[in-house]
Amino acid sequence: MRGVRKSFGATHALKGVDVAVAPGEVMALVGENGAGKSTLMKVLSGAQLPDAGEMFLDEQPYVPGNPLHARESGIAMIYQELSLAPHLSVMENILLGIEPARGVLLDWRAMRERAAAALKEVGLENVDPGTIVRRLSIAQQQLVEIARAVALECRVLVLDEPTSSLTAQDIEKLFALIGRLKARGIAVVYISHFLEEVQRISDRFTVLRDGETVGAGVTAGTAVNEIIALMVGRNVNELYPRSARTAGEVIAKFEGLELRRGEVVGIAGLIGSGRTEFMRRAFAQGGWNRGVGMVSEDRKTEGLAVGLSVADNLTLPRLDRFVRPSRLRAASRPWIERIPIKCAGPEQRVSGLSGGNQQKVAIARLLHADVDVLLLDEPTRGIDVGSKAEIYRLIDELAGKGKAVLMVSSYLPELLGVCDRIAVMHRGKLSEARARAEWDEHKLMSVATGQS
Amino acid sequence: MKSKWADILGRFMALVVVFVFFAALVEGGKFYTLRNLENILRQSAVYATAGLGMTLVIITAGIDLSVGSMIALSVIGVAWALNLGGASGAATISAESGHYLVYQYPVLIPILAVTAGVLAATLAGLLNGSLIVGLRLVPFIVTLGTMGIIRGLAKGIAHERDIYPPESTWIGSIMDPVMTSKTSSGWLLPTGVWILIAGVLVTSFLLRYTRLGRHIYAVGSNEETARLCGVRVGRTKLIVYTLAGFFCGVAGLMQFSYIGGVGQPTTAQMYELFVIAAVIIGGASFSGGEGSVLGTLIGALMITILYTGGQQMGWPKWVQEMAIGGIIIVAVALDRLRHRQAT
Repeated sequence: MRGVRKSFGATHALKGVDVAVAPGEVMALVGENGAGKSTLMKVLSGAQLPDAGEMFLDEQPYVPGNPLHARESGIAMIYQELSLAPHLSVMENILLGIEPARGVLLDWRAMRERAAAALKEVGLENVDPGTIVRRLSIAQQQLVEIARAVALECRVLVLDEPTSSLTAQDIEKLFALIGRLKARGIAVVYISHFLEEVQRISDRFTVLRDGETVGAGVTAGTAVNEIIALMVGRNVNELYPRSARTAGEVIAKFEGLELRRGEVVGIAGLIGSGRTEFMRRAFAQGGWNRGVGMVSEDRKTEGLAVGLSVADNLTLPRLDRFVRPSRLRAASRPWIERIPIKCAGPEQRVSGLSGGNQQKVAIARLLHADVDVLLLDEPTRGIDVGSKAEIYRLIDELAGKGKAVLMVSSYLPELLGVCDRIAVMHRGKLSEARARAEWDEHKLMSVATGQS
Repeated sequence: MKSKWADILGRFMALVVVFVFFAALVEGGKFYTLRNLENILRQSAVYATAGLGMTLVIITAGIDLSVGSMIALSVIGVAWALNLGGASGAATISAESGHYLVYQYPVLIPILAVTAGVLAATLAGLLNGSLIVGLRLVPFIVTLGTMGIIRGLAKGIAHERDIYPPESTWIGSIMDPVMTSKTSSGWLLPTGVWILIAGVLVTSFLLRYTRLGRHIYAVGSNEETARLCGVRVGRTKLIVYTLAGFFCGVAGLMQFSYIGGVGQPTTAQMYELFVIAAVIIGGASFSGGEGSVLGTLIGALMITILYTGGQQMGWPKWVQEMAIGGIIIVAVALDRLRHRQAT
């Protein structure tokens, strides 16, 4: 792709991007949210037409007019948000849009066979192709999506944040799978915020910032810090700020886990270990009225009313019986400035914000409701490094002001960086919370997987 | 797949329960006479046929409020064509004049009438689809608008009066009782019911065994995914709304016969509610991705049984209306409860 440009009204999402990927190579595409990665991928997959620039596939000019055309050209996308039809069976999802048919009739047998072959390829041979997709786990659903790309016999596979909802074991499986696809000569574009992953899996990397290519290189021999510096355009010395703070009195106790003022407690554990359920029970036990607020893990479907404005979302838990819109706006302005939330104003719809800023709205809501205990379930999932750093800083600041924070995360460096004490959830049972100094990634993982 | 059949079976059992309830309570076993059973079939055929199209629409997470109007348009189309050559307007019931083209061409004109009725409703459905897809408007709004437009059109064609075409054409008799009448020439069931059965088979087949059918479910289940997978979402919706019009056209033929071969522009009012209710009782979900033809068939029978049962129990009309309303809510509430347990 050369000199690709795309504008939406006055917003220049892409201001000249050059990207190349060769067969049998993994190219990591990194950049903060809003850097233009998603738009670039939409252009590549034919969902949006570029304003300028050229694209070549096998040295032939490639101009995808629509997603179907892109798929037929052998370009497959795995989106960050799972994009499956939950009511349909696994095989129908895998072959959606390219169903084998004899005339008008669907060829169910061929469908089952091709789906089964694709499932085997991605290591899901124990899943029946007739299973309804919503009965599968998130990790399985993601593999179904990859199976869809495999069934397409794609030549270019784009993975957008594929590991954000996977457990460590599943990530290993995914990497092995990517290795196999690579060996087959498939060109893989790997989009991720997890730079450790980028280092492990990719051969080359390209960094986007503000709609432009700002750097590229061979991954081996490039330090993570160099890549981060390119991404944010400045040095991120302290990703995990930690001011001096002392734990105060116990202000909440959930099933034996004590939360103290001025302390950040983390819960590690694999997906499906019961972490989220624990958070929900804790929230149910506390609730807004007792000064407990929660930011749920899925901000789009339950965390926020994305169709409503920043002000509406911020003030929702604390509305008086009668509401004056101007007061709501006034009440949200200080938070927008203090946190800060990058938005056009309190009137802007949440759906128009980046993931990081959406998450900040969700956290600001707790602050506006003036809670003492903050339950944060995966507060940094799917948001860019810059926003993560701001959220870590915010968490640190809140603890410094005497709030109690309980956070769940799949990302161990983050837990170790942010928390004072960490407990591990394994099969619905929470371990004793121990000081951060007693843990490292390896120890956390062995407890989480039940090996110790 | 097993759970799907269990689901249909459950709904069928509910239908049987309601039937037995009325059969036991209506005096003198009048409820389960052959005559009454046939009546139930005849009446539910109109809802069920229109419901076939509505099922498709609701599976795509859409809605069609113009169903009653499209049925009326079809009724008027049929009557208008049969009436060709006759005096327009009312008071021609007894006209024996030979001007009617239908006397000259007893086969051709009824075929023309069927074509006119079905085509008019199909075009109305195409209009719905085009507005929804072309202007990217919400189906609820579009069909709320066309509900008025199409009804107005039907009234305009009929000059706001009932059209009385010549009697005793074969279209006028497709819903005539067969099981209980010795003079009728139908085979076992009224012709209209046979048409419904054919429609059920064809639509089930479409949904299960064709690419279009699976795309209909995919669009309702996750429209964005379908689009990204190269499903032509707009085209799928266009076809679905056009088919909804087509099935309303066919339902219009039945309605024409059912109300005695009269072109009544005010007929089938509120039918959209009965039809939507039938589809929902049949297990479809307003949020899309779910719904089945057999379910809709059961839903249509359920509504009709409640209606006729209520009538024969001597319930006042207001009680009947409240009962049907209540059943809709109970049915959907039970569905949700079941769903929650399943997951």
